Amino acid sequence: MRRTLASVLAAVVLAAFQFPAHAVLTIEITKGVESGIPVAVVPFSWQGYQAPPQDIAEVIQADLVRSGRFDAIPPADFLSRPHSDKEVKFKDWRLIKAEALVVGSVRELGADRFQVQMQLFDVFKGTQLAGYRYTVAGRQMRKLAHQMADIIYEKLTGHPGAFDTRIAYVTVEGGASGRKFLLRVADSDGYGPQTILESWQPLMSPSWSADGKRLAYVSFENRRSMVFVQDVASGRRTKVASFGGINSAPAWSPDGRELALVLSRDGNPEIYRINLATKALRRLTQHHAIDTEPTWSPDGKHIVFTSDRSGGPQLYRMNADGSGVKRLTFEGGYNAGANYAHDGKSVTLVSREKGGYRIAILDLRNLALQVLTDARLDESPSFAPNGQMILYATEEQGRGVLVAISSDGRVRNLLKFQQGDVREPAWSPYGTKL
Amino acid sequence: MTKFATFLTIGLLTLGLAACGGDKKLKGEAGDAGVGSDVTSRGIGEGVGPGGEAFGSEADLRARRRVHFEFDSSALDAESRAVAEAHARYLVDNPDIRVTLEGHADERGTREYNLALGERRARSVAQVMQALGVSRDRINEVSFGEEKPLELGHGEAAWSMNRRVEILYGSY
Repeated sequence: MRRTLASVLAAVVLAAFQFPAHAVLTIEITKGVESGIPVAVVPFSWQGYQAPPQDIAEVIQADLVRSGRFDAIPPADFLSRPHSDKEVKFKDWRLIKAEALVVGSVRELGADRFQVQMQLFDVFKGTQLAGYRYTVAGRQMRKLAHQMADIIYEKLTGHPGAFDTRIAYVTVEGGASGRKFLLRVADSDGYGPQTILESWQPLMSPSWSADGKRLAYVSFENRRSMVFVQDVASGRRTKVASFGGINSAPAWSPDGRELALVLSRDGNPEIYRINLATKALRRLTQHHAIDTEPTWSPDGKHIVFTSDRSGGPQLYRMNADGSGVKRLTFEGGYNAGANYAHDGKSVTLVSREKGGYRIAILDLRNLALQVLTDARLDESPSFAPNGQMILYATEEQGRGVLVAISSDGRVRNLLKFQQGDVREPAWSPYGTKL
Repeated sequence: MTKFATFLTIGLLTLGLAACGGDKKLKGEAGDAGVGSDVTSRGIGEGVGPGGEAFGSEADLRARRRVHFEFDSSALDAESRAVAEAHARYLVDNPDIRVTLEGHADERGTREYNLALGERRARSVAQVMQALGVSRDRINEVSFGEEKPLELGHGEAAWSMNRRVEILYGSY
């Protein structure tokens, strides 16, 4: 009954047949673990006047499978279809070797109001692990499904889930003569993309504030780099830096009051801090080499950055006031583009190995470098807020695509968008719960 | 564009063709007329024996609006230096003209590091010009990193074209 994901290339293709408005991408699991926790997600019952706005069980199951930590038992094997604890017969689930069981129901209460109920059971112990009831609008249903998947993931693995999060990325459409750059925000599974900025000049380096409400990015409008901060909900944006030379690589301080960024106003790229309220600048690096790509530790104490002061790009760490610079990477000739894990214990980065640019993790406690991927042009890695997955960009058949990989490198999901070159993904922190 | 690229590498690209490479139209200012689309014919006539080419002549060098670089390097080879110097002499002779040096990188490595690398390349062309007497305030250095490739391919042929500095006259 357990499916061996590794044996089936592209084991699951989740196409949004039922919701064509969102049919912009497919997710292919191209690599999986030997076996995950066998879970049965029973389609939720529906009580209402029209078709349900969302198949919640399908979203939950897709999230769990995509994490690589679970094997979904196909509904055709189910011996019964319970929708609440009163209907569950644990024997039916032990027989088909389910270890976890998810059941639930959706009831239409009124105009665009739905009551959604979900329960999670440990089949062997015959006990309930979680039970939640919500009242939501139709448009919140997908978010709710991700939130339920987060609960299930945490109860069963011990780690918080990160399904109810978002990703920001840049899409490039058109050819060499006229290329349009779009900054977009979508759900963590790539659904529901919304364009928050369009430009005929390049956009790069989106970075989420710790509260997940604002994005800092680089825009080349007026044909030079400038740093902006945009409120994701309202679309309101503020120019933060447009000094002479480079204005780039924004990284938020954990308290959301400052950005670390790169300016070359004094002659060559140096890392600065800028206070968003007062616009006060503080220079952190003093070196004739390239200093760039700052990332702020979650406790606010350190900044990891890239410098080629040793000859080629390598990672360094300094205190957030610029003191105590220490080199972190020594293996290989190219280590750059670091992004902190949310627990502050490691960074993910781009590392050159055998001529290819690959995604790696550097453990900050012992400085061990672990390369996770084996392609040629992997870049822009960022951790999911639970540290379990890393989202990055790569090139496939001449096109930019996004990939989510588990932080142990064993699970790989390819996010296939229908059009354009997709690049520079940034995984959001946790947002507001329903 | 590939055809243009071939011309460029053998140094016969005229101003008109070079201007097609960027997405910014070069303005036909007074200074540009001196290196206009008739540059090639003028260059061939200058001090060249039978069967020779005007390669390396001042006008030819000036007609070239791009210099290229090795991977992760901002060093100018002798030919690129000669191109930069020819533009510098032109700027010294025409003190009212400003120049924009637009640095670019290939797609390998991180985008932000490449943005810095593009600037460093522009800087190294600017330094050649400053050494010959062009004041820094007449030189506008800009970097686009890997964001504006000339060639969209994913191999060395495209990469070597994309590691470049564009020398642009007129209003930027």
